Amino acid sequence: MGLFKNASTVLRANIREYGMYIALFVIMAIFTILTDGVFMSSRNISNLLNQTGYIAVLAVGMTLVIVIRHIDLSVGFLAGFLGAIAAIAMVFWKLPVIVVIPLVLALGVVAGLITALPVAKMGIPSFVASLAGWLIYRGAILLVTESTGTIVVPNQTFNDIGNGFIPDLPVAMRIPGLHTLTLIVGLLAIIFYIVNEIRSRRTKQAYNFEVLSMDMFILKLVIISALVGYLTWVLAGYQGLSWTLVIVLVVVAVYHFITTQTVLGRHIYAVGGNPEAAELSGISVPRIILITFGSMGFLSALSGILFTARLQSATMTAGSLFELDAIAAAYVGGVSAAGGVGKVVGSLLGAVVMLSLTSGMNLMNIGIAYQYVVRGLVLALAVIFDVATRRKSK
Amino acid sequence: MTPPILEMKNITKEFPGVKALNNVSFSVQKDEIHCLVGENGAGKSTLMKVLSGVYPYGDYSGDIVFEGEVQKFRGIHDSEKAGIAIIYQELALVPEMTVYENIFLGHEIRRGALVNWNETLKRAAEMLKKVKLDINPTVKVKDLGVGKQQLVEIAKALSRDVKLLILDEPTAALNENESENLLSLIRDLKKQGVTCILISHKLKEVISIADKVTVLRDGQTICTLDADLGQVSETVLIKNMVGREIDNIYPKREHVVGEEVVLEVRNWNAYSPIVERDILKDIHFNIKKGEIIAFAGLMGSGRTELAKSLFGNPDGFRIQGEIYLKGKKVAFSSPHDAIEAGLAYVTEDRKGNGLILIQDVKQNITLANLQEIARRSIVNSNVEVNVANDYRVSLNIKTPSVEQRVSNLSGGNQQKVSLGKWLFVKPDILILDEPTRGIDVGAKFEIYTIMNRLVEQGMSIIMISSELPEVLGMSDRIYIVSSGRITGELPIGEATQEKIMSLATN
Ligand SMILES: Nc1ncnc2c1ncn2[C@@H]1O[C@H](COP(=O)(O)OP(=O)(O)OP(=O)(O)O)[C@@H](O)[C@H]1O
Ligand SMILES: [Mg+2]
Repeated sequence: MGLFKNASTVLRANIREYGMYIALFVIMAIFTILTDGVFMSSRNISNLLNQTGYIAVLAVGMTLVIVIRHIDLSVGFLAGFLGAIAAIAMVFWKLPVIVVIPLVLALGVVAGLITALPVAKMGIPSFVASLAGWLIYRGAILLVTESTGTIVVPNQTFNDIGNGFIPDLPVAMRIPGLHTLTLIVGLLAIIFYIVNEIRSRRTKQAYNFEVLSMDMFILKLVIISALVGYLTWVLAGYQGLSWTLVIVLVVVAVYHFITTQTVLGRHIYAVGGNPEAAELSGISVPRIILITFGSMGFLSALSGILFTARLQSATMTAGSLFELDAIAAAYVGGVSAAGGVGKVVGSLLGAVVMLSLTSGMNLMNIGIAYQYVVRGLVLALAVIFDVATRRKSK
Repeated sequence: MTPPILEMKNITKEFPGVKALNNVSFSVQKDEIHCLVGENGAGKSTLMKVLSGVYPYGDYSGDIVFEGEVQKFRGIHDSEKAGIAIIYQELALVPEMTVYENIFLGHEIRRGALVNWNETLKRAAEMLKKVKLDINPTVKVKDLGVGKQQLVEIAKALSRDVKLLILDEPTAALNENESENLLSLIRDLKKQGVTCILISHKLKEVISIADKVTVLRDGQTICTLDADLGQVSETVLIKNMVGREIDNIYPKREHVVGEEVVLEVRNWNAYSPIVERDILKDIHFNIKKGEIIAFAGLMGSGRTELAKSLFGNPDGFRIQGEIYLKGKKVAFSSPHDAIEAGLAYVTEDRKGNGLILIQDVKQNITLANLQEIARRSIVNSNVEVNVANDYRVSLNIKTPSVEQRVSNLSGGNQQKVSLGKWLFVKPDILILDEPTRGIDVGAKFEIYTIMNRLVEQGMSIIMISSELPEVLGMSDRIYIVSSGRITGELPIGEATQEKIMSLATN
């Protein structure tokens, strides 16, 4: 069949790009079978995505840090520390949520810039600078929670960020059994996507550039719309879109846009590809380092907020190992340690893959010891696959 | 006639979108110096990579017969075992290691599980004697100049009992003396029974050294010429390489230099905190509108440092001195400032700091001037493709598309991408650092033509070049640089090779 043959050539040519999607699909399919469908249940998928939230935002920031050939180890405990600050600000200083959130996010940016300063201005390796941060924020969490222990956050609005769902339409307009607003949002997303793709195809044609053939193009639109549609339907079957998911999607969309469409994004990838050439091209490398780490700090703060809200409290161990989960997600998602290569959407998928493994194995009652081993193997496999396909495309 | 030591039969090698080698046949007799010439992208390096196993058996079609046997190399390791050594233009030494460690790297002399350092040192000294390099084998490679590093590479190859030595553009980064040295070493090696394949764009040296010359064009063998039969001459080579005759590779132009001084540099001094010494002393020079000035001199005389120190000083030298742009005093604190003020700098080391190899042609061309194709900081990628295509056509860059990764282009075409990138900045003053290094005659001619067109449009060009014919053929005025000082200034009418050389070495 012509269509099938075409599709398989397109797929093979872009195996690197679609590899992630296929891997995710395979993992989900396996767990769905092994758990008799429980894995794909609305409730489980909804939970899984909510749990991914605080790692996903870190992975997005980490992607850019790794793209410019650096690393930030401090993000986990920074997130934990800022989460604690948020809790303290609400519980002890009695500040309103509307003040606390911007405050904490701003502190995150400052913290990121502080880590970046010696890196950008003096050439200190970021591994060392951020390891120092790791120790400092670890200590800082203990300091601020020492006297109180776990700080419980009673604020409903704040906790909704980690546990709540978007409201539904008035009862009269609902479809029974489904979260109707979620369905509408999903539908709008699909329409937006299709219109956008058609527009971009038209411009390309106006410039006489090569585009996918019509049947391939339609196939692509159908598949992606179907996926988004299915996901929406699954989520609508439980409580709809969670606020966490909304936040993650917004973050990923903004970062995707910045990295692929803007001058700043180009500059970041140029610095990652060859810092000296970038500098000689008029790009300030220190400035890019500061911006990237500043954004990492911002996202660490966001991660801290999401995590604290999810637990409805700030604990003394919050943030442990987040940095390594984020780094793993980024590598699974296809960033390269050599610099200059990696996509934020890939890292989001990487985070979802890693969390799916955890969630699926939990459902199957597999012990935590085996879970670590399996996740380690998947990380290794993903990177091997990535390097192997990259070599081939060279 | 004895059978050839090497015969490559009907070699075809394809990359996505490019047939780099199309049924190439190539044969080399024992003990000859066989030069391989051809335009940028003709397939010379690819052919040698096939031979040395970089592209393993199965990646290409055709046969390699070496010393009478069909070879199926799976990697460089196999070809090395067979006695073939290849030295790339980018040197493959470990800078932080000593010379003797480098020479035996990968085939250490052992005693049991340990390295026998005394024997290594002794053998290394012998190898260095063989290549006539008078240095202490315990110095670090990073402390040697490129010329000496090149010789260390050869010593390394010799230490493995090489029968066939391949050199890919070995003299591109060497000065005249060093080149002469290297060539006479190759002649010596020939007497000792080492067969040599040499790739070069410097036709003079090809003519002086070759026993045979094979010309490649567009991935095909055009001919093999025999020097003993008097078949090798510059005109014949050029004609076969580019497929047409070029009688004067420096295109004629009216030297109409404007009156206005666009750039003047006074009392320029620079100190490098890294090497802890003064690298530029008391430099004065100026350039007028529509003028080409050349900085002539030996490699390492400080010309690149001068260019970089003017171009926003990215290396962090400590600088004293003044720059005047059109009479107004200015200071650049970064390359960004310099670009904004209308300068552009095409670097000499395109791989090191000129291009972003993992990105594609279009991204490289637009990098230094993204604002031009962006609206409100959002890049218009469709316009970008068009811009890149314009430069691809006007500079005749050989690539299947502007979406090709720059690392996949041949050396000369990378240089053109680098040039395109800086032309897109539309500068008033263009600094070209060794603009034609590693570039074939045809493309040189094209680049010179472009330079002429640019100055006619009012641009001023500062050309740094170690090739005297190029300096004499292209510039309006010449400054000679030696050890970080300007030791002379000659208008083109008074300049001769002898005068320049004597100023450059004093
Ligand atoms: N890895 C690769 N992927 C795709 N195309 C390649 C790759 N390597 C080389 N090419 C293409 O093959 C052709 C031959 O390249 P090659 O490097 O052999 O040229 P060359 O004769 O050595 O040129 P130069 O004198 O510029 O070094 C060029 O068109 C080049 O773009
Ligand atoms: Mg080459």
